[in-house]
Amino acid sequence: MKLGSLHVALAATLSVLTAQAGAAGDQVVIGDIDDLSGVYADAQGQGGIEAINMAIADFGGTVLGKKIVLLTADHQNKPDIGATKFREWADQNGLNMLIGGSNTGVNIAMSKVASAKKVPLIVIGAGGASLTGADCTPYSIHYVYDTTSLANGTASTIVKGGGKSWFFITADYAFGTQLQDSATKVVLASGGKVLGSVRVPLGATDFSSFLLQAQSSGAQVLGLANAGTDFSNSLKGANEFGITKTMKPAALLAFISDIHSLTLQTAQGLYLTTGWYWDLNEETRAFGKRLFAKMQREPTMDHAGAYSATLQYLKAVKAAGTTDSDKVMAELKKAKLNDMFVKNGYIRADGLMVHTMYVMQVKTPAESKYPWDYYKVIRVMPGEEAYGSQPDPACSLVKP
Amino acid sequence: MATVLGVPLPAILGQLTLGLVNGSFYALLSLGLAVIFGLLGIVNFAHGAFYMLGAFAAYIGLQAFGVNYWFALILAPLAVGLLGVLIERLFLRHLYRLDPLYGLLLTFGIALIAEGIMRDRFGASGKSYPVPESLRGVFDLGFMVLPIYRAWVVAASLGVCGMTWFLIERTRLGAMLRAATENARLVQAFGINVPLLVMGTYGGGVALAALAGVLAAPVVQVSPLMGSSLVIVVFAVVVIGGMGSIVGAIVSGLSLGLIEGLTKVIYPEASNIVVFIIMAVVLMWRPAGLFGREH
Repeated sequence: MKLGSLHVALAATLSVLTAQAGAAGDQVVIGDIDDLSGVYADAQGQGGIEAINMAIADFGGTVLGKKIVLLTADHQNKPDIGATKFREWADQNGLNMLIGGSNTGVNIAMSKVASAKKVPLIVIGAGGASLTGADCTPYSIHYVYDTTSLANGTASTIVKGGGKSWFFITADYAFGTQLQDSATKVVLASGGKVLGSVRVPLGATDFSSFLLQAQSSGAQVLGLANAGTDFSNSLKGANEFGITKTMKPAALLAFISDIHSLTLQTAQGLYLTTGWYWDLNEETRAFGKRLFAKMQREPTMDHAGAYSATLQYLKAVKAAGTTDSDKVMAELKKAKLNDMFVKNGYIRADGLMVHTMYVMQVKTPAESKYPWDYYKVIRVMPGEEAYGSQPDPACSLVKP
Repeated sequence: MATVLGVPLPAILGQLTLGLVNGSFYALLSLGLAVIFGLLGIVNFAHGAFYMLGAFAAYIGLQAFGVNYWFALILAPLAVGLLGVLIERLFLRHLYRLDPLYGLLLTFGIALIAEGIMRDRFGASGKSYPVPESLRGVFDLGFMVLPIYRAWVVAASLGVCGMTWFLIERTRLGAMLRAATENARLVQAFGINVPLLVMGTYGGGVALAALAGVLAAPVVQVSPLMGSSLVIVVFAVVVIGGMGSIVGAIVSGLSLGLIEGLTKVIYPEASNIVVFIIMAVVLMWRPAGLFGREH
């Protein structure tokens, strides 16, 4: 018994000591909480960690004379794990900024922690527009893409091309429903109509039933409001059942990693919206080459975004001369952001980073000339057109 | 048009057909689990991983060695079955005298390791495996179009299920297996090599999972997580059928596929839990499952 309480006391002392070591301010601590092992691990995942480390190295490894360190954790697509880890790092490891990975549900939970602990959260891989709307906080930034910009890109392009009637296959959680809502708004506003939708539990093994329902609706467009392997399996099924002959599939969110694993044979002709593509210009190709050397695959928009967000945060810390969250956030919100990911981007009052988005069409196998030559640019959307020029009034930070 | 619960009849027929396709996967996978549990008493949590490895073996065979689908149907289960034999020899055999929980933990660990290695090697979004040339195209059933490949899946898995049932219930080898599970020492006293039988059984059960993986490869994305999303449902199927019952696994696999298919059209949001609701109801009513024997 005595020995037991001695152990407890010792453990308590040690944890206080380590906590102090972390919070003592001799280092700048960046965290990354993401899906490192599940269905979204290819969109950001390990490649995102490499990208953040590249940004830290490119910045010189130190800021304000302090060493920059990176903590990483796998949220396993569970909001409670993400929020708990974030809180633990904020309390015990002196966390200065968190990069939020994939999964809108997890990022909504983590934004509550950002607000409570006053630690900036830069969301990369999650798409839900509510992160800078109803769920916004003074410390949240949404950096790479959101459901609004995806819908403004893909849905409006397809409706203008004649795809007037839609049926949605939707992932049954925050991201999928927000994506469907955004796309529905765009479809209706452009004079189209929605004939039906079906909500599918995340990670379903077979989509053929849902595809059959879509087909019998008679709609022209099959709107896929899902992501990752859910998206791949839906599209594969649509091809197999011959649905792509009568309906035009619309990828409301697809990453280049998805296209790579589906192969051009299956994905050709698909429209999609992306915040970045490795083969846009010299700068993007150079970044692609660097990450390819580490990951043996071309980076997704999330990889590039994680690099850019880390770099811009560190620049803001340097400019503010402190890691104080309020001062750094103020610096970020007044800066013009420029690097290989973003040109003249800026962060709106609600936390959304407004930047150019690209509507792409997937090339046919014959059009693709070299490895990873997958997209042709259909439309370049200026930031205001993609995200809207006004901050989201649902966000409490926006003054009416 | 005739309707059932507000859903048009052709839609119901279509969903039932698709339910049959999914049900054949469930049947084939739960069959392997039931064989392993019934004869070895091991709760094989690595079953989903072996299914995934079967699909990847077909993919790697095609990409690296040009092995076509038909050879993969034989070679992939053989290769993964041998891996199963190796695991049985090295690890599982030490656990037979212990609580079944140890076998569960060991196989769960093996599943996590296998998934991790494949994710590291191939990425989480997986790979595409083409539908074999001779099985492309569709049947027009009037109420729906059914890809020829899916019809083949139903035929192949029902055939394999039937053969497995025959092997275990109607042959001398099957009789020895069943006797060995009742009283291993007595069977051994008759000069039968029981450890070899057990090893073969585990390898065979694993090969069934791998075969299901090869059958699934052309229809789903071949990804490291394809097994883990399926294995939980398959466990529920086995529990509903009665742990260890061969007939139970086949019948409940097919019928749950059908019920799930109907759920997908009536209330899609519940399609991933309907199997578990049925499991709860069945367990309250018959704790040993539909075809299980009460001890």
